[in-house]
Amino acid sequence: MKPAAFDYVRADSAEAACELLARHGEQARILAGGQSLMAVLNMRLAQPEMLIDISRSVSLARIEIRDGYLQVGASATQAELEWREGLARELPLLQLAFPHISHFQIRNRGTVCGSIAHADPSAELPLCLLALKGSVVLRRGTRQRLLPADQFFTGMLSTARAPDELLEAVRFPLARPGQGFGFREFSRRHGDFAVCAVAAIADAQGLRVAVGGVADRPMVREWPLLEGSALDDALNEFAWALDARDDPQISAASRRHLVRRLGRQAVAEALQARNSK
Amino acid sequence: MNHDILGRQQLYPVTIEVNGRSRRGHSTTRMLLSDYLRHELGLTGTHVGCEHGVCGACTVQLDGVACRSCLTLAVQADGRRVDTVESLAGEGGVLSELQAAFKRHHALQCGFCTAGILMSSTDWLQRLRQQGRKPSEQDVRDMLSGHLCRCTGYAPIVKALMEVADA
Repeated sequence: MKPAAFDYVRADSAEAACELLARHGEQARILAGGQSLMAVLNMRLAQPEMLIDISRSVSLARIEIRDGYLQVGASATQAELEWREGLARELPLLQLAFPHISHFQIRNRGTVCGSIAHADPSAELPLCLLALKGSVVLRRGTRQRLLPADQFFTGMLSTARAPDELLEAVRFPLARPGQGFGFREFSRRHGDFAVCAVAAIADAQGLRVAVGGVADRPMVREWPLLEGSALDDALNEFAWALDARDDPQISAASRRHLVRRLGRQAVAEALQARNSK
Repeated sequence: MNHDILGRQQLYPVTIEVNGRSRRGHSTTRMLLSDYLRHELGLTGTHVGCEHGVCGACTVQLDGVACRSCLTLAVQADGRRVDTVESLAGEGGVLSELQAAFKRHHALQCGFCTAGILMSSTDWLQRLRQQGRKPSEQDVRDMLSGHLCRCTGYAPIVKALMEVADA
């Protein structure tokens, strides 16, 4: 349970990290909080030749409000966002989801961007980013490209990021008046990976429901303001469309049950939050 | 900040302010902070369990924030501050408030997980105190979900933590 040997270098800016990625690309991995990567290295599931450590970069640790969204830099920790004053107002969905994201001790060091770059299908932050129609900022050298979340996640632990690109920041659109949010998760123990997690957003136009932990990536659906059996039918169709598989943890049928049940609860929570404003 | 690439074969000097004292040792790039504390500095209060971030036994505070020392490289901690369980007791071995509560409530048996739980809880309780928040029992249990204990059944740990939180 010790990592294989690697070269190590610190990068204190996006430019420095990109320069190193351009030279070492495929062989190198970005080390930010290390809460996913170091576990993978310790178990030797990955053996990169080089780690580019951005965890101490001040310029990459910024969390700032811009034009309608909150931008979180590559080295900002989950705890920095979670304990941010005003998060409940700015991003209520994240406030609901944070207690489910691993443990306090992991969020202290784990980064927001790291979880999104890792793209675990059961992780909460990729799910929330997709539900909120967020986007990622990818940088190669001096050039940046902006990619919406639904184009970024491409499958199990895989994304549209090229080996020489840095996930420089992510953007979460801020809550707008009239929106309500709901979040539900089922896991074996508190803080474990989600067996199924559902994020729901309700506004005057309709519902947006995203599910994590079932398909190979978070998935999302948009509906008008459905109620009663129409909502049940929509959730049921969504549950089947996710192509759940049996695994040692839980059966596919149980996963579909969770999508329907947690989906119902998350939607109810979102509608109630919307109405109580 | 240095941009030099540290090669995998060599040992590098690593200086960390550990428990208020500057300590210098040597590390390869791949050495974990947990191993550095135990083997280079002889601070064996930090325990090593699962080595992939699950069990919580190796939790220390890095710049005052509780984190897993098995998921941190020693070279990453160079120039920073680390506090371990050895920092908690005062002069002459007087137990900290939390340690004393653990003793009173029999919140430990074999002690393997205890160091990590104490380091997490100290940071967490302090942060809640700064915000003027009092945790519920459920909050305490959620925080403890980051630690595995195989002896106590957690109930006495929760009691000890609630007592300190309510004080």
